[in-house]
Amino acid sequence: MTIPNWATLGYLVAIALFILGIKQLTSARTALRGNRVAGVGMLVAIGVTLGMLHSGWQYLVPAAAAGTVVGVVVARRVAMTAMPQLVALFNGMGAGAAALIALGDFHRVTSSAHPSLDTIGAVTILLSCLIGGISFSGSLIAFAKLQEWMRGTPITWPLQHEINGVLLGALVGVGLAITLLHGGAVLIIIFALGALTLGVLSVLPVGGADMPVIIALLNSFTGIAAAVTGFVLGNDALVVAGALVGASGSILTMLMSRAMNRPITNVLFGAFGQLAEGDDGTGSAVHGNIRQTNAEDLAVLLSYAQQVIFVPGYGLAVARAQHEVKELATQLEERGVRVLYAIHPVAGRMPGHMNVLLAEADVPYSQLKEMDDVNPEFPRTDVALVIGANDVVNPAARSQPGSPIYGMPILNVDQAKTVVVLKRSMRPGFAGIENELFYRANTMMLFGDAKDSLAKLTAEVKLQAAA
Amino acid sequence: MTNVNVVVIGLFVFVLAVFLGLELISKVPSLLHTPLMSGTNFIHGIVLVGALTIAASVHGALGAVIAVAAVFLGTLNVVGGWVVTDRMLGMFRGKSAATPARPAAAESQAPAPPPGEQR
Repeated sequence: MTIPNWATLGYLVAIALFILGIKQLTSARTALRGNRVAGVGMLVAIGVTLGMLHSGWQYLVPAAAAGTVVGVVVARRVAMTAMPQLVALFNGMGAGAAALIALGDFHRVTSSAHPSLDTIGAVTILLSCLIGGISFSGSLIAFAKLQEWMRGTPITWPLQHEINGVLLGALVGVGLAITLLHGGAVLIIIFALGALTLGVLSVLPVGGADMPVIIALLNSFTGIAAAVTGFVLGNDALVVAGALVGASGSILTMLMSRAMNRPITNVLFGAFGQLAEGDDGTGSAVHGNIRQTNAEDLAVLLSYAQQVIFVPGYGLAVARAQHEVKELATQLEERGVRVLYAIHPVAGRMPGHMNVLLAEADVPYSQLKEMDDVNPEFPRTDVALVIGANDVVNPAARSQPGSPIYGMPILNVDQAKTVVVLKRSMRPGFAGIENELFYRANTMMLFGDAKDSLAKLTAEVKLQAAA
Repeated sequence: MTNVNVVVIGLFVFVLAVFLGLELISKVPSLLHTPLMSGTNFIHGIVLVGALTIAASVHGALGAVIAVAAVFLGTLNVVGGWVVTDRMLGMFRGKSAATPARPAAAESQAPAPPPGEQR
């Protein structure tokens, strides 16, 4: 369809608002406004599009109404802890829409009285279908893994790269046939199913700990799929907005894989959490005794400390114990203890996730320290309180070249005088790796639900103050 | 213009937009990575525009099913993506304003809370 000039100018306004919005999203002060500016841009783009339409209302009104209701309800209800899988889910929805648009245009072009699928039309439709399909099914697998409907450890099978390669080759072959035949309803269905399968096969082997990188990558993919859809429909608004997201998503992917010291090729092609060769999974360094402590003793230790660093991890979020942490911190501060929070770049499940969770509990920004700032503090820290974090404090990342997380920057909690780990059980972390930190001489374990343990600790610290 | 011209101009625009996207977000504090991912996730909901276009030129029942599904998914992406991002960022906003007014040490026995403090 041809787009009238007034509509093109309207899209230009929308794009300008998107660019301003993204720019403002990169600074804490303006981020909220940025999202709202981008929201206005979206309203402009949708309004312009609706203004051009003459038909189809019977389809789009109910569909859009249903999407709005479901979207608002889900986005409002979901707990902040479930944010990563929610982003994955919404990302998958956009990707699915892009793939369907390609299929819809294919259907429109090939089912008309004069079928006219030229080479460029075929290539753009196939690309949109391929990228959108991979991102759709891949996002759903990422969602299932993070939601723990599926185990988080890598799922592997023999010859997986070869199988993916053959599948991709087959897809190119089918695509070529569609292009040369100028159509083929059965072929495009096979092509779409192949793209979905490729998405599933590509994400299944990726371990839970690498999931943030994968979501960022799939976010970028969906952006590119949207841009290609713009080529299919001859709409530059989609091309520009999609390209912006594709590019920014790739930067975000790189920032995250750098934070985890996992080159993106390793994330995709080396299943994380697989055991190093010759390692039976327990590892020689990971034997020994653990030392348990209880709330009373720990309260004394904390009350007379000079400096305490809290190291929150995903376990804290799962137990919804952000408010209890804040309460304990307040008690300790009243006793003159200096309290800091050490935030690993990938604490929680996405970079910045833990900051969101602690902000929810009113923890002041100034106490949140990033990894590079807080690591020098550990040697002069009396107690490092690790709450539901595991892989990001595992010394194996520094010392065991065979470990799957070797080389990942970690928080050096083991340099604190005493390390106390709050944990539900001895189960390994999300990445499925044993942690020798728990067996160290300066480490004590406090087993139990993080929320209960913290509440008990706070009560005991209060008793200390009264005594 | 021929179809080829449209695609070539589209490519031109695409490449420039990629460079702009790379420049736009090269420096971001890590605490904003999650909201930024969520925000850009919302922006690719622009596919909804494409879905609406498809819905306006539906051929037959199959075309209608495809169009309805595409509009539904696109709307979910737009609406859900925006609401989640707004919720996340809303938490940050309250904090950065309140922090300077509420130093941790003074919190316990401050004689009178600063004006505007509602806790």
